Amino acid sequence: MAMTEFRTVFGSLKDYTKGEIEIINDDRKNYAFSNMFEVAATSAPYERVVVGKNVEYVLEAIRAEGTSDWYTAAHDEFALVMDGTVELDLVKLDDPHSIAPPDKEGAVKLDGEPVGRKMGRIRMWRGHQALLPTGAAYRFRAPDPDAVGVILMQTILGDESVEKWSEICYT
Amino acid sequence: MAATAIEIGASPASNETGYRSFEIGGFSFARDEYFAYITWTAKGQKLSHTMSADAFLRAVMRAVAWGFFYGWINFDAVFGTQQLYGRVKFFAGRYNPSYRDQGLDYEEIFETPLAMETFRTLLRDWTNDGYDPFASPDETGTGWIGKKNGDNNEAVDREREVCRRMPGLPGDAPLRTDDNRRPGHRAFPAAPPDQPEVYPEPGFADEVHAHNLFGYLSRSDVTWNPSVSSVVKQSLFCPTTEEYILPIKHGNDRMEWFVQLSDQIDWEIEDKETGRPRAKVIMKAGDVAIMPADIRHQGFSKKRSMLLVWENGNPELPAMYERGELPVNLSGEF
Repeated sequence: MAMTEFRTVFGSLKDYTKGEIEIINDDRKNYAFSNMFEVAATSAPYERVVVGKNVEYVLEAIRAEGTSDWYTAAHDEFALVMDGTVELDLVKLDDPHSIAPPDKEGAVKLDGEPVGRKMGRIRMWRGHQALLPTGAAYRFRAPDPDAVGVILMQTILGDESVEKWSEICYT
Repeated sequence: MAATAIEIGASPASNETGYRSFEIGGFSFARDEYFAYITWTAKGQKLSHTMSADAFLRAVMRAVAWGFFYGWINFDAVFGTQQLYGRVKFFAGRYNPSYRDQGLDYEEIFETPLAMETFRTLLRDWTNDGYDPFASPDETGTGWIGKKNGDNNEAVDREREVCRRMPGLPGDAPLRTDDNRRPGHRAFPAAPPDQPEVYPEPGFADEVHAHNLFGYLSRSDVTWNPSVSSVVKQSLFCPTTEEYILPIKHGNDRMEWFVQLSDQIDWEIEDKETGRPRAKVIMKAGDVAIMPADIRHQGFSKKRSMLLVWENGNPELPAMYERGELPVNLSGEF
């Protein structure tokens, strides 16, 4: 049998098409339907906009532009680059619990520079996913001043999470 | 002490077709060259339901591989299973008003090991050589048709890949590479195999870790079978590659989120109890949406696409939903 050639279509800030919902007997709000590239297109740099929430757990869409503040968390987080090139710096904090106690959920922004040993750095681009390990401080850098990146975070709802559902979802 | 073998109800091989028939509780399962037959009794009447053997085997394959997954696995509008976490309910007609309203539905609860062993044995017996119920129709063809012809245990015994934290970390699930016989799939010739540049300082090689998730997905040899690829407590990233039709209608016992990583999937949404159509959700690359806790859904992917299924694996959630402690969707947020 003959099939047409496979050509994988990814999205990007410059080239995305948001899907749609055809309602039969329902409400579009029930699906909290957004598009992470559309969200990042209108976000402030490194604003952590919640695009998915399942009780305490969240997905955050981040516009990677310039250099972020330093963050840490009392649990693992993961960063998946969906567009652009992003660099990640990691520092093993000397006293992580003074910033994010063990029961603290979500990312915590550091005041200033982290105190601890350098763990290393990672350079990644579309499709690459990095571990942000418990007790480490991290920051993102978008090395190309002309290119903005998009990161999807797997984390827990926290002080830095920004919820603006009515602005990002079909209503 | 030796493990006790689980006894299942199975007939000898049919002289006519070569396939065995199976029984569990009040349900019986038989197949012939084209069809699978499910029978049960309700109101003193013997009832039967007929499915394409291909469709039935694809559904059984997911039920086995997913360990009956979360919530409901509707094989079609009549037969399916419900995950009770330690036990499994089989049902016929329970979520179909035509059967339910006439009292002709039937359901029975089994211990999970018995249900799993019954389905696993059936799957091995009914799958012919050259047929892979995990593969797309373009890949596996029509080997499911006809009398029993060998087997394909290597295909049906594949286990779902589950990491503890992230693939590639020491002691965790392996990455997919040519060396461990996970070549790139034909559908993703353009997926870059490159890996991120990782520069750990001395002593941190085990903690500074990243990999190419899209490359990992491009090496998937199955469809509609999520792996677990990163874990934050009970938050599970379950990416998967999809082509053709999800072989079951998944009924949710919690909110489930989809992130379309590439291409497009169309989701048909039905009421969980009645199967009546509610909506069609068309997701394209970058889209994020809930599958609410009160629906069943079935996906259609015209090309092999990458989908991130995001689950909250908290085992307390079904009871919390039943007690009305959690909303079925997020519409109350905005």
